[in-house]
Amino acid sequence: MQPVATTFFFYFLSALTVLSGVLVITQKNAVHSALALIFGLLAQAGLYLMLYAPFVAGVQIILYAGGIMVLFLFVIMLVNLERAQKEEQFNKQWLVGVLAALALGGLLVAVYLKGGQLFPQHIAQPVESSNTQEIGVMLYGNYMFAFEIASLLLLVAIIGAVVMAKKRI
Amino acid sequence: MLDYITSYLSSNTTPGQAGNVFWALVYIMIVFGGVSVAVMAMNWLERKALAHFQIRLGPMRVGPHGLLQPIADAIKLLTKEDIIPAEADKFVFWLAPLIILCASFTVYIVIPFGPTHAITDLNIGILFMLGVSSLSVLGVVMAGWASNSHYPLIGALRSSAQMVSYEVAMGMAVVSAILMTSLNKTGTGTLSMIGIVQAQQSQQMWFIFKFFPLGFIAFGIFAIAMVAETNRAPFDLPEAESELTAGFHTEYSGLRWSLFMLGEYAAMIAVSSIAVTLWLGGWLRPFPNTLTGDTWDLVFSLIPGLLFLGLALIAFVGVVRMPKHPYFRIQTVGLAGFGAVLGLIGLILFIPPVRDRIQDIFWFSAKVAVFMYLYIWYRATFPRYRFDQLMKVGWKVLLPVAIGVLILTAIMGVLL
Repeated sequence: MQPVATTFFFYFLSALTVLSGVLVITQKNAVHSALALIFGLLAQAGLYLMLYAPFVAGVQIILYAGGIMVLFLFVIMLVNLERAQKEEQFNKQWLVGVLAALALGGLLVAVYLKGGQLFPQHIAQPVESSNTQEIGVMLYGNYMFAFEIASLLLLVAIIGAVVMAKKRI
Repeated sequence: MLDYITSYLSSNTTPGQAGNVFWALVYIMIVFGGVSVAVMAMNWLERKALAHFQIRLGPMRVGPHGLLQPIADAIKLLTKEDIIPAEADKFVFWLAPLIILCASFTVYIVIPFGPTHAITDLNIGILFMLGVSSLSVLGVVMAGWASNSHYPLIGALRSSAQMVSYEVAMGMAVVSAILMTSLNKTGTGTLSMIGIVQAQQSQQMWFIFKFFPLGFIAFGIFAIAMVAETNRAPFDLPEAESELTAGFHTEYSGLRWSLFMLGEYAAMIAVSSIAVTLWLGGWLRPFPNTLTGDTWDLVFSLIPGLLFLGLALIAFVGVVRMPKHPYFRIQTVGLAGFGAVLGLIGLILFIPPVRDRIQDIFWFSAKVAVFMYLYIWYRATFPRYRFDQLMKVGWKVLLPVAIGVLILTAIMGVLL
């Protein structure tokens, strides 16, 4: 399959991601922030698709945009928003903020200037048609142990949440 | 340019795979138009069938047997005053119906109406469908919150809790069907919608009959969960009118309300297509392996045309039974014209080239139509669940059974 208007979609999705990222921290209303975050996550899923990683894109949509953000909104809706809106939006921590911004900005400039040598020049051959199958083989073959450990961790977290939420089971 | 357009016709793939933007747009238009017409027809059928279940007549005034009622309703909704409550969050209020509409129409990209009749075939087809259709719960939550009113908020909370819990059982049922696609020589399954149907074709069995009764139970779980996912009766607690007036869309009116309805019906068709694709063999006609040969092919290819001729016959019976009073003259002529159009479509479907091309689409749509009728049937038959019963069914019955079916399917797949 031949991709169409790659450059346009890359800049479009990147701009959308950055814009919604800025909106997440500048919006006063928490629900608006959450909505901006959803758009950012969806744009990111689009970027994954452009990188020939359809499975990651699908999981991004189904888990982050569909699952986690619904729970976020669920909780935010139950919070008293009017009190939250009267509070100060930004903590006045200029020193830490400037330092973090300088460090990240320096990293950006460094990657921009030296990126050519840091990353491999040739483009990896896209294996879009069997991407999902290969991820499945990897997860249940090579990385079986790590995968099982991670799922065990999640199970413990679920049980812990239930125990904490309910005094008598 | 002309070459670009015609080259697709001989390529024998979906427009998305061929990378042909023109035909992709054409397919999108056709699917969008077809789904919108199907929603209107479903609207009429639902009111009519529900009325007959309850021994009423249903819409009878606008057009013969109320056939033009959906159009009249659409005009009424479009021209109604558009009200946004004063204290509502205007932007979110405006965005919510759009999100629901986009989520329920985007999934049609991957629905396979035939081996080449899909807009595109994604490698992650079924995952994409489940993911994007789960986005519609965001629209519900946003609508309920933005209305800034009690009933919508309670409706939205109920709806999100319900949709998130039934998604889990639904996902488990889907996984057990996907597991069945891996029972081939290479041992790797597929998530692509077209690939799933082709797996059923090569295994010579619809997945509903695979490892009987495992496939059947998984299908049953999906069939229950999909009713809850689309907020339809008997799981329509988010819009339980006796408790919450209209639930999350209480404050909506006119065009925005109709967008909610359009999204709901489009989502119903979409989840039914998932069920048809995963368990009922998608576009495959009944008995493709046992009733083979040219004669059976001919017999099955005549069914679409015969169906439309039968519908035309019913319309003409209606014409004969119409009262002879002059007041009904226009309605009689209208019904006769409608019957004539149906008959003409039936005759066109008998032409051999059309007959061959239309078959996949016909069988797929027919299977989906059965589900659409079931939705109406459920609504007329079952009383509404209580919310705690709903949660109990979702978490304590459907989910354990779905996980059990998944494990048993895996064991059977290894053993056989």
